[in-house]
Amino acid sequence: MNTTVVSRRAAVPDLVLTLGAFLLGLALLLAFLSVAGFDAAAGLAALWRGAFGSRYALLSATLVPAAPLLLLGLAFALAARAGALNIGMEGQFAMGAIGATWVGLAVGGWSPLLAIPAVLAAGLVAGAAWIVVPVVLRWRFGVTEVISTLLLNFVAEAAVSWAVTGPLQEASRSYPQSDPIAMSARLPRLLPPDRVHLGFVVALAIAAVLWVILARHRLGFVWRAVGASPRAATVTGRLPVERVAATVLLLSGALAGLGGAIEVSGVSAALYQNLSPGYGFTAIAVALLGRLHPAGIVVAAILFGALQAGAGAMQRDAGIPAVAVHVVQAVVILVMLLATRRRG
Amino acid sequence: MSDDAILIGFGAATVRVATPLLLAALGETVSERGGVLNLGIEGAMLGGALGAAVGAAQGSAVVGLALAVAAGLVAALLLAAVSVWGRADQIIAGTAVTLAAVGVTGLVAQRTFGSAGAGLELATLQPVEVPLLGAIPVVGPVLFRQSLLTYLGYLLIPLTWWLLYRTRFGLELRASGEAPTSARAAGVAVRWRRTAGALLGGALAGLGGASLVLAQVGTFTEKMTAGRGFIAIAIVVLGRWHPGGVALAALLFGAATALQYLVQASGHGGVPWQLLLALPYLLALVALASAVGRARAPAGLARDDQEES
Repeated sequence: MNTTVVSRRAAVPDLVLTLGAFLLGLALLLAFLSVAGFDAAAGLAALWRGAFGSRYALLSATLVPAAPLLLLGLAFALAARAGALNIGMEGQFAMGAIGATWVGLAVGGWSPLLAIPAVLAAGLVAGAAWIVVPVVLRWRFGVTEVISTLLLNFVAEAAVSWAVTGPLQEASRSYPQSDPIAMSARLPRLLPPDRVHLGFVVALAIAAVLWVILARHRLGFVWRAVGASPRAATVTGRLPVERVAATVLLLSGALAGLGGAIEVSGVSAALYQNLSPGYGFTAIAVALLGRLHPAGIVVAAILFGALQAGAGAMQRDAGIPAVAVHVVQAVVILVMLLATRRRG
Repeated sequence: MSDDAILIGFGAATVRVATPLLLAALGETVSERGGVLNLGIEGAMLGGALGAAVGAAQGSAVVGLALAVAAGLVAALLLAAVSVWGRADQIIAGTAVTLAAVGVTGLVAQRTFGSAGAGLELATLQPVEVPLLGAIPVVGPVLFRQSLLTYLGYLLIPLTWWLLYRTRFGLELRASGEAPTSARAAGVAVRWRRTAGALLGGALAGLGGASLVLAQVGTFTEKMTAGRGFIAIAIVVLGRWHPGGVALAALLFGAATALQYLVQASGHGGVPWQLLLALPYLLALVALASAVGRARAPAGLARDDQEES
């Protein structure tokens, strides 16, 4: 099943639409909070404090979740631009985290110049491996990747649960978590003591590379042609639609796996259950808010990173459950779908 | 326990855990026959589960069921508004509806039950034995000592079939799903039919969520549906978009889930419990692969009603 998620033409300028959709989502959340009897004003104040209110909030809170959100947003957009939908980023992220932890525990004696690339590569490979089954199911049996990638999220959750109570559990066996990975395998912080780490730069670099590929390279042209109209691509361009879909899905899985790896290597330093607070789904909102364009996705990832950071403060200071941010994500997705849908 | 007792226990558990899946999958069958692939039924089930919990906490299962249906309808209405009338991509819109449901149910649950949500114990719908049928050996205790919602599921299998194949509405709904442009040319109000199908699907998904709370778990927790809505979508594919096939497929998934209880009862035998947890999802993948080729989805499924299929 090929679907064109959004058209690249819009009635309103990009930045207005992006900020407008985000603010509308936020406004609807606050309205809902008031109706439900929460203190919306306190919630908003906490949200701002937690996201942008201080140097600490920006550099140690907002930009930390922005890094995986950027990678996962790029992962979704890359596939979506070529007409494939990867809804399984949550699972690929988890597998990337498992792979990164496994390698990170084993590279104690290595130089960071070798250990960090090894850990990141493990995330890429594990993420790509996790999407192999959906790719094969689509290629061989025509099963849409939408449901297969989605179902594998739950399998990945079970796999993490097994890993942290089995093969990767800490030596003392007290908690369902792994031992900390080697110091040499951890991504350095950019501006110590602030928590923003090198993974954010890695994600920015990948955004730049993707921008160039999508806008200037022949490969990007083929992907976009297939995404715009698979039938036209087959008939008039003799483009291998299924091979393109397989390629972009594998790349998408790899990027999502890298997201899991930088989270372990840059933030948690160990494997836990529920490492991701739903990044795999937030990233769909990130990608759509960024109009599936790498530069837009950078902006959108920072906005949703801020929301994630603010949600933590909201839960701590105003007693509003952090899952509330899903409401904003949902509104953003729906608004962007409606604002950029195909016409005719 | 004797072997017979274990087998009957397994069978009864299979039917019990298959019930939410059956209700949601029958609803999704109707929705998909009309051309609406609703990934938001995961959210509709979650909303239904919360509605049922809120009602039951006030001491009324009936109020709970009404709230569950209402929640399912709201979720489906949102999807229909955006994707049928707004012509946005169904798959992404459905994902958004589920996200919204996770957020809203989390907030409402916190507000209603406080942080004690996990310790909440609700009065559940007790199994009711059907006279005569319940006395049949083996079959009786497995099929006919269940909650009323399971019996509703049994009734809905022929009812859904009748609706789809023996009514004018069903014919028009299927036409809207197979060939929307031709259906419109023939005078069918395609968008209204699609909306009706989606709403019916949402209502049944809400009931499915309610049965999860009222007849199975007896409490509400955040994200408690854990992908059952997505499994229901796989069940529809495996059941070839046909109520009878869907019922059998739902039983298969019920069995895959109930296997956990069976293995727990007989000791783990070295199998990691997480593998059992993952089994229904893996089974769904196998089901998708094996069903394709033998069955065909409605040609207009997940497509805009203006698109030539």
